[in-house]
Amino acid sequence: MTTSTLSTAAPAASATPVAVSGRRRRNPRRTWSKVGLYAILTVGALIILLPLVWIVLTSFKTDSDAINNPASPLPNPFSIDAYQTLINSNEPILRWFLNSLAAGVLQTLIILVTASMGAYALARLDFPGKKIVFGAIVLTLFVPPVIFLIPNYLIVQNLGWLDTLWAITIPGAAGAFGIFFLRQFFVNLPGEIEEAARLDGAGDIRIFLQIILPLSRPALATLAVLSFLANWNDFLWPIYVLLSPDHETLQPGLAVLQGAYSTHFAIVMAGAVIASVPVMILFTLAQRHIVESVAASGLKG
Amino acid sequence: MADTPIARTASRSSRSGGPRGRRALTAYLFLAPFLILFLVFVVAPALWGIWISLHSWNPLLPIHRFIGLDNYIQLFTPGSLTSGDFWLSMGATAIFTVLSVPFLVVIPLFVAVLLNQKLRGGTVFRAIFFAPYVLGVAVIGVVWRYLLDPQNGVINNLLDGVGITQNFPWTVDVPWAWISLVGVTVWWISGFNMVIILAGLKGINAELYEAAAIDGAGAIRKFWSVTLPGLRPVMAFVTTTTILSSANMFGQSYLLTKGAPGHATRTAIMYIADEGLSQNQMGAASAMSYVLFAVLAIISIINFRLQSRTSGE
Repeated sequence: MTTSTLSTAAPAASATPVAVSGRRRRNPRRTWSKVGLYAILTVGALIILLPLVWIVLTSFKTDSDAINNPASPLPNPFSIDAYQTLINSNEPILRWFLNSLAAGVLQTLIILVTASMGAYALARLDFPGKKIVFGAIVLTLFVPPVIFLIPNYLIVQNLGWLDTLWAITIPGAAGAFGIFFLRQFFVNLPGEIEEAARLDGAGDIRIFLQIILPLSRPALATLAVLSFLANWNDFLWPIYVLLSPDHETLQPGLAVLQGAYSTHFAIVMAGAVIASVPVMILFTLAQRHIVESVAASGLKG
Repeated sequence: MADTPIARTASRSSRSGGPRGRRALTAYLFLAPFLILFLVFVVAPALWGIWISLHSWNPLLPIHRFIGLDNYIQLFTPGSLTSGDFWLSMGATAIFTVLSVPFLVVIPLFVAVLLNQKLRGGTVFRAIFFAPYVLGVAVIGVVWRYLLDPQNGVINNLLDGVGITQNFPWTVDVPWAWISLVGVTVWWISGFNMVIILAGLKGINAELYEAAAIDGAGAIRKFWSVTLPGLRPVMAFVTTTTILSSANMFGQSYLLTKGAPGHATRTAIMYIADEGLSQNQMGAASAMSYVLFAVLAIISIINFRLQSRTSGE
């Protein structure tokens, strides 16, 4: 389903009965309301997409073209100057890219390991204090993040982690979302295979590694994507805990670029494109996982 | 909280597998890695923050003087060092929340109802509307800072092209700055709310619509008497989370308006972060974060009460 579906969809509604609900007979009023529906949705999609397309095109403009012709979307001439300037500039954007990538991957791995182990205990094992632990985890889901800002800054400082990769990976991995999300999934897994394995003498470690984790692949993949996105896009925290230019990540780096190249729009837009490409690839690949996990969040609430 | 029968039997049978103490030990070993992180970076800071807020706490000074509730009293004393700026930032946060939440609830609801019709390409539209949400606030901020730039920006120059030559001060003056901040936020996260509402729509029993149709209800009547009541829990969830996320706004103001004009669009989070981490007034800033938390908690409780009262009717 690509753009071809979109462009042919409106005429198709009148030409094929498939688009019309099987129970009702086709009539002209329904067809016209379908056309209106597609018109509104298409306008909405353009409002979302046009600014994004415009930005990508602007990043391929020359510096003077971007300043002098903001109202014309097409680069004239087409140029990769902005990207070249950016890569050769004092702002080490490739370094930031690698820092972001390392932080995102590392934090995602930590979350997957700690949250899946913890969620196994909460969903499948019985132990004293379980309700208190789970209650505390759920409670913190409602605490606004600003509460943790200053004390966590001091904790990270005392650990000697300011301006290091640890500052932007470890504290963020302690959030309640991952364990809450996986527990929900583990609780609903069928118990029969686990029962049979236990009768065969399998212990918790084997059941966790060989039964629960393989059955939870979709949930783990979704959590991995959501964790990576959240870390990649984090903005407030890295602004304050990362100090030297070499240790920045892309998001606070964009704010630095905006300051350094305030009127060189093509360069700043090239930075925005570089910071967006990985998440856009991830979104394209895992679109269904991401959207569906968001959709489910409201039904639980 | 083993709330399904399957999980309950699983855990009961597992208990018979060994002595109770060993089972508990196993459970805590599984929990340990998460629990250590959780205690150090969630529980400890939440409690330590209260302790910090009772001090005059400057990280550059060796001694932090205990001053009791003074940081809080200052915030509620008109004319004190912090109260003016703090309540100005709380006011800015309130303005943004009041202006943005209605759009962030109604527009996604409207789009979700449209997408809930039987149509081809529905998932493509859904993905497009959701897409901006996966971009970080830093990308959104710098991109719209350019598009809305009063002199060299795309929007004003496009308006120029159609004869509207007034250079709107989108990022530097009110009320334009508020329009920009709200508009950009709506563009950015409407798709997120839309996806949640759409899932709620799919959960409404189709028989209710058929019954309404038999009673002669038209599309608009069906929306008011079937769709909206059926969506009530989902809309309550969306409204609450949207109020909280708007009240925690930071990046849009930080990048688009930088708080301008003056400090008119500087939000509470922006002020607290600056006061605590740039001006080193950590005690005062911690007190502010707890006041903000308290205000949000009160709003959430009122909101929750209102929602449950209307659904009780």
